[in-house]
Amino acid sequence: MSLLELTWGWLTDPMNWSGYAGIPTRLGEHIFYTFLTVVIAAAIALPIGAYVGHTGRGRVVVVALAGALRAVPTLGLLVLFVLLAGIGLMPPIWALVILTVPPILAGTYSGIAAVDPVVVDAARAQGMREDQVLFAVELPNAVPVIFGGIRAAVLQVIATATVVAYTNLGGLGRFIFDGLSLSDYPQMLGGSVLVAALAVVTDLVLGAVLRLFGPRSPSARKLPAPEAVAQEGMS
Amino acid sequence: MTSVTEAMIEFREVSKVYGGTTAVDRLSLSVPKGQITVFVGPSGCGKTTSLRMVNRMVEPTSGTITVDGQDAAALPAAKLRRSMGYVMQAAGLMPHRTVVDNIATVPRLNGVPRGRARARARELLDVVGLPQALASRYPAQLSGGQQQRVGVARALAADPPVLLMDEPFSAVDPVVRHELQQELVRLQRELGKTIVFVTHDIDEAVLLGDRVAVFAVGGRLAQVAGPEELLRAPADEFVAGFVGRDRGFRHLGFFDDKGLEVDGAASVARSELETARVQEWAVVVDGDRRPTGWASPESPGTLVSGGSLHKVGGSLRTALDAALSSPSGRGVVVDDDGRYLGTVGATAVIAQADRRRAQARRERDARAAGPAEEEAR
Repeated sequence: MSLLELTWGWLTDPMNWSGYAGIPTRLGEHIFYTFLTVVIAAAIALPIGAYVGHTGRGRVVVVALAGALRAVPTLGLLVLFVLLAGIGLMPPIWALVILTVPPILAGTYSGIAAVDPVVVDAARAQGMREDQVLFAVELPNAVPVIFGGIRAAVLQVIATATVVAYTNLGGLGRFIFDGLSLSDYPQMLGGSVLVAALAVVTDLVLGAVLRLFGPRSPSARKLPAPEAVAQEGMS
Repeated sequence: MTSVTEAMIEFREVSKVYGGTTAVDRLSLSVPKGQITVFVGPSGCGKTTSLRMVNRMVEPTSGTITVDGQDAAALPAAKLRRSMGYVMQAAGLMPHRTVVDNIATVPRLNGVPRGRARARARELLDVVGLPQALASRYPAQLSGGQQQRVGVARALAADPPVLLMDEPFSAVDPVVRHELQQELVRLQRELGKTIVFVTHDIDEAVLLGDRVAVFAVGGRLAQVAGPEELLRAPADEFVAGFVGRDRGFRHLGFFDDKGLEVDGAASVARSELETARVQEWAVVVDGDRRPTGWASPESPGTLVSGGSLHKVGGSLRTALDAALSSPSGRGVVVDDDGRYLGTVGATAVIAQADRRRAQARRERDARAAGPAEEEAR
């Protein structure tokens, strides 16, 4: 039997779809790590991005910092955090957060900075205070770009969260690491396929969410691709 | 009869310096209540900066500006801005809000409940001549002229006594611009707002302004005058140069056609054009006696398209233009309903202009001599 057939066999084996270490459990863990990471990263990146985008202050620092954070190898960071803080849920999550902050930060500040300055000037001239300018004009108009940043971040975390299995945690990475150490290649490939499938499905869901709840004005309909947003934010 | 017009906005020795560049140089000027005051000048003359200092979008380097007797610097900037309407060149509408919600911006900021603010916004659509059907559209779905009208409606929404307009019509095409200018004059007459209007277009300044302030490069105020006086008597070389070569012709716009002789030149019905043999140029009229063109003695049977029309009661400028643009050299005069009345020649218009100018000069001299005579008594 070929590797593909063996992988298909592994994926469809009912044994793998039940129990404490089954696919549903691992999938749930993977989604949970992703969610936790993105929420923490957003809580850090959104306010900073909004501040930088609105005032234009600290742009250079943020661009340099975000770029530097991207260059950090996640696995190295993960090991360092576990060595420093010990085994547990949070050290690996923090390693992922550091990776996730840059795309959200870039999306937020470039989204806000890209709002037509004429519109912002007009809002101010109508008598909006600075906080009203930010919340009623800049943020709503930056939603597609900010959301693009978050979408890019989510996909990145789904792919990268496999490494947390290198420590004591679960997630879909478990299958990959276990498969590797047992030379069980169908399990390894099966794990990878599941990660890829999760990424594709999540991207479709997020796209649908933005279309359903995003801005309704026709000008905001042209949504930039997540990768384009992340690239633009870094340049 | 002396009517002292009260000042709504007062600039006292106001300067704005950016780095080493003086944008506005010790500006002292009062903007009378309930009138349109136009700031006009070439780019870089500080006219927009001066306007933006009124609502503190730009803070003066020195000097004071009072609005309705109150020092503008003493109020919180946001509150001051909400007390005046602001219309800008690119309408600057919020792309994520519908037309009604854009118009309702300032009332909403002032705490008016959403329902009432929207109802008021719908009323304003009528005021600025937009169909109600546009209420729930987004700005990107409107034409440039419509966006500009929404911008005006937004500025009027909180019923502020002062409107600041920064080149509001310069980004729309000439036909729409003309329409918007007429609408502004109508609105001003109906609402009696104090309007400060910035433009670089001297024609627009003369058309709209009750008073025109001409700014020179370097932020110097070169002249403040009524539009007629500005064209007739520019204060210096700069103003004369800026007002332009056509100012003599434009000045004719300030004389009406009273006393202008109109002859009842022959007319030919449109239906008889094919068969008529005219000895001289004759005006061709349709069934409602509206002019449609000319019949020429040289090419019988064909309709020669006409020039501009002069509506009776208009200015000598339109009369002269009608004469000069006509293929026969005679301007066609029509009544208010556009029906043919007669024709007028360029020489007659110019003779009339000479008489009217002499008369105006005598009246001014008499006014100037008047107080002196009284003092002598």
